Amino acid sequence: MSQLIFAYFAGMIIAASMLVVALKNPVYSALSLLVMFFHVAGLFVTLHAEFLAAVQIIVYAGAILVLYLFVVMILNVKQDDRYHNQWRIAGFVCIPLMMEAMVLLSGGAGIRTSGTHAVLAPSAKAIAPDNTLAIGQTLFSTYLFPFEVASLVLLVAMIGAIVLAKREIGEQENPSPMVHTKVAE
Amino acid sequence: MTIPISYYLLLSGIVFLTGIVGVLIRRNVIAILLSVELMLNATNINFVAFSDYFRDMGGQVFVFFALTVAAAEVAVGLAIIIALHRSRSTINIEEFDLLKW
Repeated sequence: MSQLIFAYFAGMIIAASMLVVALKNPVYSALSLLVMFFHVAGLFVTLHAEFLAAVQIIVYAGAILVLYLFVVMILNVKQDDRYHNQWRIAGFVCIPLMMEAMVLLSGGAGIRTSGTHAVLAPSAKAIAPDNTLAIGQTLFSTYLFPFEVASLVLLVAMIGAIVLAKREIGEQENPSPMVHTKVAE
Repeated sequence: MTIPISYYLLLSGIVFLTGIVGVLIRRNVIAILLSVELMLNATNINFVAFSDYFRDMGGQVFVFFALTVAAAEVAVGLAIIIALHRSRSTINIEEFDLLKW
């Protein structure tokens, strides 16, 4: 039963992520990414990470994806050209990576060096009954300093986004003497 | 009946490769950023799978940090895209071939 659930989530994640790359319209790509986020959240629930599943839906689907859709609709670009001619290079990069992954995953069991048990055995510790409590205790004891640094990263990103996207006072809506003339192909 | 950890690694690898292909072959800058999100999610799946495997909360905390960095990256990246679109009226990646204009 759990394998069936995993197969459903994995299949939907892979299909949705391929649609993100393959679809032409950026809005459809973003909506496909939304489907993928929801299924990743479901996978997190099966992995006993309920808090992260909730955060995944709230932050990724609720904040990040809405920001994407907002920008896509602000820019309002009708783009027909989809792939550029670098896809051969992409093939050269990805086919060896795929083969390496296959070799690692299939041959890894055969090339076991010594001993009968795996090097990294699964832990036999019990699952924490309250996931949010456990993650909070870890976050505010062991990882307290990285947590503060993360807040600083968010502050810097906020200031940077405002500085980058703001328009100077008195600047016109369309400052286009510099606009390239061969925009439309 | 539990799922072997290698299945999660395989899933994460496939999603990560899809993200790499998207970054390399798409022309639209927004689609490229969406592919970066795919790669970040692939690493998150890895982290949570190992966190469950070792019963260690550190993996889930790292997903938390990855989420923070993803949010920051999206904010700055979309601001850059808006600034680019304002100066060049396109978001086709092949139009941006100068460091300064």
